[in-house]
Amino acid sequence: MKEPLLTLSGVHTHIGPYHILQGVDLVVPKGGVSVLLGRNGAGKTTTLRTIMGLWQASEGTILFEGQDITKLPTPEISRAGIAFVPEDMGIFTDLTVAENMTLAAARGPLDPDRLEWIKTLFPPIRTFWESSAGTLSGGQKQMLSVARAIIEPRKLILIDEPTKGLAPAIIKAMSDALLELKETDTTILLVEQNFSMASAVGDTVSVMDDGHIVHAGEMAELAGDARMQERLMGLSLEAHQ
Amino acid sequence: MSDTTIKPRIEKAPVLERITTALPIALVPVLAVLGFVAIGDPAAWLTLTVAGLAMGLMIFIMASGLTVVFGLMDVINFGHGAFISVGAFVGFSILIWLGGWTASSSVFLNLAAVFLAILVSMVATGLMGYAFERVIVMPVYGQHLKQILVTMGGLIVAQQLIHVFWGPDEIHVARPESLRGSIVIGEAAIEKYRLVAVGIGVALFLAMRHVLKSTKIGLLVRAGVENGEMVEALGYRIRRLFLIVFMVGSALAGLGGVMWGLYQETITAHMGSEIMVLVFIVVIIGGLGSVEGCFIGALLVGLLSNYTAFLAPKVALVSTIALMVIILMWRPQGLYPVVKAK
Repeated sequence: MKEPLLTLSGVHTHIGPYHILQGVDLVVPKGGVSVLLGRNGAGKTTTLRTIMGLWQASEGTILFEGQDITKLPTPEISRAGIAFVPEDMGIFTDLTVAENMTLAAARGPLDPDRLEWIKTLFPPIRTFWESSAGTLSGGQKQMLSVARAIIEPRKLILIDEPTKGLAPAIIKAMSDALLELKETDTTILLVEQNFSMASAVGDTVSVMDDGHIVHAGEMAELAGDARMQERLMGLSLEAHQ
Repeated sequence: MSDTTIKPRIEKAPVLERITTALPIALVPVLAVLGFVAIGDPAAWLTLTVAGLAMGLMIFIMASGLTVVFGLMDVINFGHGAFISVGAFVGFSILIWLGGWTASSSVFLNLAAVFLAILVSMVATGLMGYAFERVIVMPVYGQHLKQILVTMGGLIVAQQLIHVFWGPDEIHVARPESLRGSIVIGEAAIEKYRLVAVGIGVALFLAMRHVLKSTKIGLLVRAGVENGEMVEALGYRIRRLFLIVFMVGSALAGLGGVMWGLYQETITAHMGSEIMVLVFIVVIIGGLGSVEGCFIGALLVGLLSNYTAFLAPKVALVSTIALMVIILMWRPQGLYPVVKAK
């Protein structure tokens, strides 16, 4: 087992009167892609938002590189090296692509070499550099959202359903980009409903249900066991191919 | 990743859409032309137009801070008028203190006195904004009803403190020597002070536009207006940005207070709350959070108030409200809304 980068122990999160996370225990090893699966309403998005400090954990601890970040404010968590790509992409539509990227470089000016790498990874960033982000298509916005998250070196990127509502060609492109990102030092925690995509990029997998982690293991093991998929998520890999 | 599967898809907005976007800008000259036709007398029209622009730009100065605070922080600050009143009183005190400069025939000394009065007022109201945000606003972020109640409470406290320090009476403010009187162009008499107000208002608008469009702090403000949570997730402390914007908004209200006091030549503790009716109308017409919309809305309100006061004084009282109703029927979110009503 690789050294853990992020560890959630008994994390509970309440949103108003609702008890969403009910004792989440999750380990994200350093390097590669960890996938968080589960049906709608299982608590995947809440888990990411709680890690990011956007919703406060009411109980439990979140350790990042051994340091307790449970009560840290969101900007401090970001500055510790965690980036977040939310489900709604969080693009600033009134700003240009260039302005979105400039703002994402919170620690200083844009690094030209890294920017060039990102433009190669996501060609629309180059094409629409001076365009308003609000005029981009859904897939291009998703690329901008991921590009923004990696404009500075990050230790961990939390990505929430990057393929939701996208055309198959864009999903393939996004999948390729994540595979290339895997080759860097960055660790990815990916929430995904598209099992084909998740199994193609994931190294480890955790499955959530009703605010708990109900399964954790290697992705290859889950991908190769249709009965386990059926039991954990009520789906079969074949149905998604 | 290959580019072959992702075809660039961006098109110029349709002509009709571009015209619709630019239409609000055309409203100001259209109103000026309509005013010219209705008034008939070019000299009277020129005098009223400059007066309207001056009034509008002073309202813009007071309203610009409020609209950005609303857009960025989602705070309905009914206490904004307190900064206008306090700014006017602090400015008045400085002008009294510099009585020798204001009575001098030197234009330089006169302008220096006004500049110092503005500077001290802005510093004082900026600091007051700091205390107001920390003590009154911060505990009620996200709670609109409480915001209305506590900021109105803050306004009342500020008005009573003005009574304590400067007394309850209306105070006459004399303009510095060189800002009195008018310049005559043809048959039109244009007050010198109004020209100064127009100059300061336009300079402030251009400066705000530059900061918002061309600096990183401006980018942060624009991004924060749209999605404050994401700005935090990128690593910026948005609460600190809130505080800075609130202080700047308060300082601008203080600047507006000094200018409005010199314009009216009288100041009272309630002057801020009285002008707030027009300030809110301008913010609503412009669209919540929009500096450009606020600028156009202020010019429309200033011009319309002056034209109707000349043509039909009884209508003047309701003309700005009628304007707001018409604009909202055309564009329910205001001219250029940054924050969409929920």
